[in-house]
Amino acid sequence: MPVDTSKRGRDVSSAVETSRPTAPPAMVTEPVSASRRALLVGGLVAAGGAAVAASRAQSQATPDPMAGHAMPGGAVDPYSAHDSGMAHGNMTMVGQVDHARNGFDPTAMLTDWEIGRTEVLPDGRTLRTFEVDAIDVEIEIAPGVFFPAWTFNGRVPGPALRAKEGERLRIVFRNLGSHPHSMHFHGIHSARMDGVQGAGLIDPGEEFVYEFDAKPFGCHLYHCHALPLKRHMHKGMYGLFVVDPDPARHPEFAAVAASRVLGSPENAEWQELAMVMNGFDTNFDGENEVYAVNTVGQAYMNAPIRIDKSRPVRIYLMNATEFDPINSFHLHGNFFDYYDTGTQLTPTLRTVDVIMQCQAQRGILEFSFADHEDGLYMFHAHQAEFTELGWMGFFDVREAGA
Amino acid sequence: MTDQTQHSRPPKTRLLLVLAPLAAMLGAFVWIASLDPLRGFNNGAPPVEALTVERTILDGSGISLRVRAGGSEAMVVAQVAVDDAYWTFTQEPAGPIARGEAVWLRIPYPWVLGEAHHVNLLTNTGATFGHEIGVAVSTPSPTWGQLRLQAVIGAIVGLLPVALGLMFYPAMKGVGRRGMNFLLALTVGLLAFLLIDTISEALELSAEAAAIFQGSAMVWLSALASFLLLMAIGRWRGNPEGIALAFYIALGIGLHNFGEGLAIGGAFAAGSAGLGTFLVLGFALHNVTEGIGIAAPMLRARPNLWTFAALTLLAGGPAILGMWAGSLAYAPQWSALALAVGAGAILQVMVEVSAYLVRQNADRQAALMSPVVLVGFLGGIAFMYATAALIKI
Repeated sequence: MPVDTSKRGRDVSSAVETSRPTAPPAMVTEPVSASRRALLVGGLVAAGGAAVAASRAQSQATPDPMAGHAMPGGAVDPYSAHDSGMAHGNMTMVGQVDHARNGFDPTAMLTDWEIGRTEVLPDGRTLRTFEVDAIDVEIEIAPGVFFPAWTFNGRVPGPALRAKEGERLRIVFRNLGSHPHSMHFHGIHSARMDGVQGAGLIDPGEEFVYEFDAKPFGCHLYHCHALPLKRHMHKGMYGLFVVDPDPARHPEFAAVAASRVLGSPENAEWQELAMVMNGFDTNFDGENEVYAVNTVGQAYMNAPIRIDKSRPVRIYLMNATEFDPINSFHLHGNFFDYYDTGTQLTPTLRTVDVIMQCQAQRGILEFSFADHEDGLYMFHAHQAEFTELGWMGFFDVREAGA
Repeated sequence: MTDQTQHSRPPKTRLLLVLAPLAAMLGAFVWIASLDPLRGFNNGAPPVEALTVERTILDGSGISLRVRAGGSEAMVVAQVAVDDAYWTFTQEPAGPIARGEAVWLRIPYPWVLGEAHHVNLLTNTGATFGHEIGVAVSTPSPTWGQLRLQAVIGAIVGLLPVALGLMFYPAMKGVGRRGMNFLLALTVGLLAFLLIDTISEALELSAEAAAIFQGSAMVWLSALASFLLLMAIGRWRGNPEGIALAFYIALGIGLHNFGEGLAIGGAFAAGSAGLGTFLVLGFALHNVTEGIGIAAPMLRARPNLWTFAALTLLAGGPAILGMWAGSLAYAPQWSALALAVGAGAILQVMVEVSAYLVRQNADRQAALMSPVVLVGFLGGIAFMYATAALIKI
């Protein structure tokens, strides 16, 4: 178990302060309101003369407005503000999300793979059955901020479905929500099973069974394909769909493939984490107010992800962010190999520390902290805006049991 | 029912007749509140939310915002983001903000001198309320040095021009009837400009205030009330003229200058601008005519020197008070109210100066439309409009 939930709530503010990325320039979304006070535009130079008037007024128009404003506690210098408790470590949300009320915990979600139930078909193949319900739930996405979500199985992202290459999959989908929904899988399947209109898009109260083979192997996703797509996606209807490679089919990379098969002895060496980058447009204006990985903003700041430094780490990463064309992942103090879409057993990119994913793009990250000092290693989107609106976290790297 | 029958009712009966509908009203309210017959209209929509930022303070501890809630239910500010970064904050007093209630949000954000910042308030329902800080400068605090400096600016903008205008009095003293008509018409003209200017500024300010203050209605009604009240007071003992009329003009102009001081002080506090010398001189020139206007109705009287001092103080002094009020306790609804009262006062003196002008002439109505009067009136407006161009940028 790579995750130690008892670490939740530890004070990491000092670390935040030292490793905080540079703030972006102020985003001015509205024209600067000069308002009626525009009459007082500065920069007008003294016309000379008018001795008293000029010199008095000039002292208010001086380029250093702090000069005339004695502050309690001395002059104001925002750059020295760290002394007055105004540290950049204050860049955080206030309060804690009640995960119990939400019904899902971002820390538990990292390793909570949905493997369904299996049975052997007459031809010897494995039939794997998943049950997924569409449910309307109000979830707390940032401390005190509630979002009317549409979910798969009551959680956002939906259950991380995991199967093995070549298996027959059966997904029993029930729509218990208030709108038509579907499950559209990114995989290889027939048009009848595509989850679009006329192919498994069902009304509230209805049920549909999707059936196809698990292929190709890789790190995939599913999402609701009801229209309007943007609304159905950003309301929370997406999840990981991971197909593990069958080592028997890839003899040249059998060991690599075996390490990716959930439950195998080779796989047990790895610490695998399921991460879905997402965002929430809480006021429905087409821009996200909160960004996160696994829904809850800054969840892994408050509860750093426990990493046993002696074992390698593998992240199944998917971008489900709406409205912003791309999202990214940056790891501090380390580099990783990246398998785009996870459909190959050799890395697409070797030794990188930032990768970007467009909407619905996904891939596998592999790295190790074996030779590192213990400590908190940050990871976040390298769009600083996303970072500061919630998409950042920590790996708490230590020896096992330390 | 005649007055006789009403008067003949015993007091107890009359009290009962008042209490009965009051009791019925109370009962109806209790019934509606307890049975909630409007429940059927509940369509699952989230509550209406409104937040108004009334005051912004930037200092060594970061950014402080005074926000007033105007939602259909108590509101909760869940998170605060500055420049698209979630930031810690404290709320005083803490807890949900009831309708009409105002709280302080203290955000320890290292703002950057001279740059713009955008504060976004995120409520528990996910609604957002943005607040723009156009130019971040340290908010003035009420120290002696600061107050003195503002008093100097107020004096230049308010006292100095009125005093200079009044100094034309000896020169004006000798004018004949036509000259007198011209000067009075000039006074009405400049007052007309001030009236429009004051009303539009009051309306603009009131639009920034929380909806609960009903800005537009507040401005028009308080202007009307102040006009009627001042008319009644002014005509308590006959038509005001001479020195008395001069004092009414000074009062109206003083209230306008209070608003002008508020504007300068408020702009200063909001950091939306520095104050250039050129601008201050523009204000002074703009306001010189005010002194001439005050002097005009006194040409037939014999005011002493103290009268001039008092008139200067009444017309120009409020600019200093406005500077202080504007920079230290700025809230759009109160500024709008002050300006609206000023507008009523200006209208009152317009009426009285016009009446005085008419009374001065034997041919009454004809004088009002004489070329001299029209030229004076339009000249007053044109001069104010032209000098206002110096200060509106």
